[in-house]
Amino acid sequence: MLLFIEQLLNGLQLGIMLFLMSAGLTLVFGIMQVINLAHGSFYMIGAYVGATVTARTGSFILGILAALPAAALAGMLVEILVLRRLYKKDHLDQVLATFGLIMFFNELTRIIWGRQPLFMDVPPWLAGSIELIPGIPYPSYRIAVIAVGIIVGVFLYLLFTRTRIGMQIRAGASNQEMAGALGVNIRLLYTLVFSLGTLLAGLAGVMAGPILAVEAGMGESILILTFVVIVIGGIGSIRGALLGALLVGLVDTLGRAFLPTLLRLFLSAAYADGVAASLASMSVYILMVAILVYRPHGLLPANG
Amino acid sequence: MKRILLVLMMIAAIMAGPAQALEPVKIGMITTLSTKAGYLGEEIRDGFQLAIDQEDGRLGGVPVKLLVDDDGRKPEKAKQIAERFIKRDGVKILTGIVFSNVAIAVVPKVVRQDVIYVSANAGPSLLAGKGCHKNYFNVAYQNDNLDEVVGRYVTDAGFKNVYLLAPNYPAGKDHLGGFKRYYKGAIAGEVYTKLGQSDYAAEIATLRAAKPDAVFFFLPGGMGINFLKQYAQAGLNQTIPVFGPAFSFDERLLQAVKDAAIGVKNGSQWSHDLDNPANRQFVAAFKKTHGRTPTLYASQGYDAARLLGSALKQVGGDVDALDALRDAIRKADFATVRGKFGFSANQHPVQDIYIREVIKDADGNYTNKTLKAVFSDHSNVYVEQCKMD
Repeated sequence: MLLFIEQLLNGLQLGIMLFLMSAGLTLVFGIMQVINLAHGSFYMIGAYVGATVTARTGSFILGILAALPAAALAGMLVEILVLRRLYKKDHLDQVLATFGLIMFFNELTRIIWGRQPLFMDVPPWLAGSIELIPGIPYPSYRIAVIAVGIIVGVFLYLLFTRTRIGMQIRAGASNQEMAGALGVNIRLLYTLVFSLGTLLAGLAGVMAGPILAVEAGMGESILILTFVVIVIGGIGSIRGALLGALLVGLVDTLGRAFLPTLLRLFLSAAYADGVAASLASMSVYILMVAILVYRPHGLLPANG
Repeated sequence: MKRILLVLMMIAAIMAGPAQALEPVKIGMITTLSTKAGYLGEEIRDGFQLAIDQEDGRLGGVPVKLLVDDDGRKPEKAKQIAERFIKRDGVKILTGIVFSNVAIAVVPKVVRQDVIYVSANAGPSLLAGKGCHKNYFNVAYQNDNLDEVVGRYVTDAGFKNVYLLAPNYPAGKDHLGGFKRYYKGAIAGEVYTKLGQSDYAAEIATLRAAKPDAVFFFLPGGMGINFLKQYAQAGLNQTIPVFGPAFSFDERLLQAVKDAAIGVKNGSQWSHDLDNPANRQFVAAFKKTHGRTPTLYASQGYDAARLLGSALKQVGGDVDALDALRDAIRKADFATVRGKFGFSANQHPVQDIYIREVIKDADGNYTNKTLKAVFSDHSNVYVEQCKMD
């Protein structure tokens, strides 16, 4: 039972990470109608800048503070230089162009930082573990990640429901021409939305830095799961992204954790391990297919 | 007197003549320089090049020209490069492939075209067993070797209940198979994770619940970094010792893991602190040229170059005398940085294999320290399967 709760926490933490990634992606996808494969690159930029600044200054907080504007700025530049030309184009053109951006950014990090993965460690004040529930020591850093994710979720909720800019973004999402006609600067709005998305990706990246290898191409492994999340949640919907992220995080983690034990009830040990390994890697995709069969527009679609 | 001088001059002219006319022997290096695994190819190339530079552009006294191209870790691309090297450049000696799947795609094709392939890294079981060939030599290791040594060491050290972890793809199963061949205790769990997985929280929690007395893992590249960091963050590195083959513990990867890797014991056929003259000389020269400690990949590149040098010397640089060249390589008459080296019947290394421990040295660098030689003159299990004509 304790193990189950611990695995739930692990799933929650993975879900939060995915939420930070998918919130930005779903906004860009839903509002700007752009398929941005390069979203993972901003995650990588966040991690690289965060790791570098943390190593130079010795302060993790400064690392985060540097990573966020770096990712947002990179996002703004990409939006102005590349994506603006692609809004009216076909989805295929967008996929090709943003796929090119992935390669560009991966090579760029190799040129700047070299081929060796960077080192980034958990800050000393988060290095220990806490017994939130008696009997389960859980790494404090992962609890901090969950906390940050919840704060970001609340912040986004307030931003979209309580502020003028949030209202404009929602208006732009449901009918951009009408919103433009009513005096909303759609161009500026797009740049803002895009850089908000990349900022969140950068935040996810810098927070993943101490847990993962900071290396070129690190964004791609999380990108695929992120796409699964926004498809499950409903494209363009932040609430959907949150729900989808938590679902994917939990299903993936619990699948990896408990499928082998479960299958051993029916199959021989060696065979069960093999089948469980394959099934666990498929579990989120099976979930996606199952949800799409019943809810083709995702669980919480943006526009009803 | 005049006559003698004339004769002497003629002799000198004859001696110098062919040497000037001699084209440098071309050696084609297909290796992985791009992608995140690119540093592996970089190490092999730098090691190989160092041997050439130390002889001023020669190997075994024979002028050589090293052609290097990047396969991007793609078998298809590697095949094209091999074709180009052979057809356009007339290369007779190839080397350098990092990854086993790339080697399996390229090697059988090139060795049939009377080209010698000397592997400086990949050693898949296929090429050691059923797919062996007289033109294929491996100067690094057979893939299973570095796991076998850990299996033996863990058994000798008295561990009775080991937890195994590897990615879910053929090489992952091969590496765990190599470990199990020499490990005699019980297996607490055998987990295959998704290839390229980044978060291991679920596996680590399950592992802790299984209460093994040791963990053996094969997770190359970034996966290994992720696992080790998260394992240390869960506090398990203090309680359950970790073992693995050398691949996750080379001196370049360690800089990205640092303290989380300290104390991990790993199997390797070479280490920079092996005490023999060839190795001391190599490590010092490599550090001087590149400003970093060589990894085992660099040592393999260097040994590949010196092995070829010894053979080229014996055949006088005549790479068209294929039989003589093969025989010369088979002798392995070179000063290896591993102290001693020989070829088995399937032309893979017979060598000592060591257990190393990751430490932080006096200068604060993260590196490996050799603990002991576990295997002496170790070969591989695929010798019997190899029927060489």
